[in-house]
Amino acid sequence: MTSFLVRRVLGAIVILILISLITFYLFYALPRDPARAFCGKICPPATLELVRHNLGMDKPLFVQYWLWLSAIFVGRDFTQFGPCPAPCLGYSFATQEPVFDAIVDRFPVTLSLTIGASVVILSFGILTGMLAAWKVGQPLDKIASSSSVIGASLQIYFVGPLVVFFVVDTLGLLPRPSYVQFTEDPLTWFVHLLIPWLVLSIIFTANYTRMTRSQMLEQLAEDYVRTARAKGMSGRSVFFRFAWRGAMIPIITIFGVDLATLLGGAIITEQTFTLHGIGELAVQAVQNTDLPMLLGVTVIGAAAIVFLNIVVDVLYAFIDPRVRLN
Amino acid sequence: MTTVSWSSEPGTSRGPGPFLSVRDLSVRFSTEDGVVRAVDGLSFDVEKGTTLGIVGESGSGKSVTNLTVLGLHDPAHTEIDGEIWLEDQELVGASGSTLEKLRGNRVAMIFQDPLTSLSPFHTIGRQIGEVYRRHRGANRKEARERAIEMLERVGIPQPATRVDHYPHEFSGGMRQRAMIAMALVCDPDLLIADEPTTALDVTVQAQILDLLKDLQQQFGTTIILITHDLGVVASTADNVLVMYAGRAAEQGTVREVLSKPRHPYTWGLLSSMPRLTSSVDVPLVPVRGTPPSLLSPPAGCAFHPRCDFSQLVGSDLCFTQRPDISPESGHGDACYLTLQQKRDIRTGDTKEQA
Ligand SMILES: Nc1ncnc2c1ncn2[C@@H]1O[C@H](COP(=O)(O)OP(=O)(O)OP(=O)(O)O)[C@@H](O)[C@H]1O
Ligand code: SF4
Ligand SMILES: [Mg+2]
Repeated sequence: MTSFLVRRVLGAIVILILISLITFYLFYALPRDPARAFCGKICPPATLELVRHNLGMDKPLFVQYWLWLSAIFVGRDFTQFGPCPAPCLGYSFATQEPVFDAIVDRFPVTLSLTIGASVVILSFGILTGMLAAWKVGQPLDKIASSSSVIGASLQIYFVGPLVVFFVVDTLGLLPRPSYVQFTEDPLTWFVHLLIPWLVLSIIFTANYTRMTRSQMLEQLAEDYVRTARAKGMSGRSVFFRFAWRGAMIPIITIFGVDLATLLGGAIITEQTFTLHGIGELAVQAVQNTDLPMLLGVTVIGAAAIVFLNIVVDVLYAFIDPRVRLN
Repeated sequence: MTTVSWSSEPGTSRGPGPFLSVRDLSVRFSTEDGVVRAVDGLSFDVEKGTTLGIVGESGSGKSVTNLTVLGLHDPAHTEIDGEIWLEDQELVGASGSTLEKLRGNRVAMIFQDPLTSLSPFHTIGRQIGEVYRRHRGANRKEARERAIEMLERVGIPQPATRVDHYPHEFSGGMRQRAMIAMALVCDPDLLIADEPTTALDVTVQAQILDLLKDLQQQFGTTIILITHDLGVVASTADNVLVMYAGRAAEQGTVREVLSKPRHPYTWGLLSSMPRLTSSVDVPLVPVRGTPPSLLSPPAGCAFHPRCDFSQLVGSDLCFTQRPDISPESGHGDACYLTLQQKRDIRTGDTKEQA
């Protein structure tokens, strides 16, 4: 298990370095000069040169990348803009604030959305899928199966405003979505994020209902489930104690893959409900040709996905003992 | 040797009769393609403490029959007729909870492939112990101790360590031993072993069969042993039931059936195996042709499309009327040939071979 974790973490670091390298080079392929953006409207060539120099943009690309990378661990001094202690992701070209602080400021919004929606997706999707499989062919199964088709065809930016209109504006059941620090007031945090969570999870939950149902039915036909019944286990305990474990394995695998999509969905959801998360930062960074911000958002976003994937793998090993050893 | 009585009318009083008695059993599955008649009018008895070997080609209904005894078919797609008596208890139509209490307790089953038949997610000890807890109300600790005791009984070294291992950490033979331990944990009266050695290599096969025999001698367990291998039957069973297309083709003691086989299908089975003592468990391809479709079985004797002797019967009985097993008790077979004809054919055969 330890060596498994070490291997996974090393792999994750390699992936993150590759992602940042690619982003770095792609950014330089853009036909815009970030230094000019930084320099302001009236920009004499001498000032532009100075800005370039202070941002380190007069150095070869590889050196620039190296400076960016080492700054994360040891910090960096941007003469004109002052020192930037580690972990340093540089200063935003557009707003001049430290990238790391901006991200730390916005990240909890996106993370809250992603994790909350994951909980809804997994618990609701698995529950309805199990019930559908338990009552296979009966009305409950048919309702679950057909509503999952409808759910999968909905769009966040379409459902989002609709839900806000009915639930908030017309019925006044829930407050308008916004972000309150979890540490400040968990209950308010929860209530204000409920609508975004539900909206974000709608498109995914359907898929998990369908997968859980088919996986459960597949597991129920397995030899070892038949053995459990041959031992005198009751139908219910065979279903809920034996079959679910096998059914969860592919579901967890798919969930690991879906995490990236889910993060993307969280960004759309932020935009839909004007929550100030990472998505907003990313969009602004692209519009402003803000390399440090863009790199920071990309790398932190990727790190989050990679980290959650490791968590998923550990969960996987926890459920399936065959994975534990090798 | 215990003799088998193949008699007793359905529904008659259940005095000291056979331990297990299957009467006129039919099992039909409704599938997308139609109704599969997997078992069609099968009767047999097993006496207490004896071993009945059931042989027949793939698809002849061996597993379906025994899963019916345990009530393991999905009632939504299965129609079952006939009677199954376990001593004085009727199992066809018994309630779900009655059957649950029976399974793993009085009647236990061992399956062919121990790797897929054991849960990969639970330790061996937990899987064994859970049966004990379910039926004996033992607590976690008692169940674990019992599991260790059972592993020891089936010859697994270091049972106290092994009990916490997962099936994938066991070898094939060890897994089947664990499976047997699981089946025997509540000291069942009847053990159904469905091709328990097919997935194992030859030396391990012999060990497993010896183990079953030993346990039977010690505890007086009644065993139904399903196999493709007449060699296994010869070395372990007291009585044999040869099945063809969901029906009994021939039945009797091992000695009777193997040394004086009467049904043309049994002849095929026997001639397809080189020596009785060899125990290579390969699926039999006993006679030319293939087993009949159970969706639309042939009229008359289900074996007639593959039988070389139907013209000897004289009339067209083989093609129109289904033969029943006769005589009903003792050594019987379901074929219209006279005993004399059979004897003549067999001696002819033997001369040819000589
Ligand atoms: N649940 C089911 N639904 C439909 N048909 C079935 C079902 N179970 C078994 N059958 C069919 O019933 C027939 C008898 O199957 P069974 O498993 O009893 O054969 P078997 O004698 O045990 O063969 P093998 O030696 O291969 O194990 C086969 O044709 C099989 O396809
Ligand atoms: S009844 Fe006829 S067809 Fe069937 S085995 Fe006997 S001889 Fe052959
Ligand atoms: Mg079978």
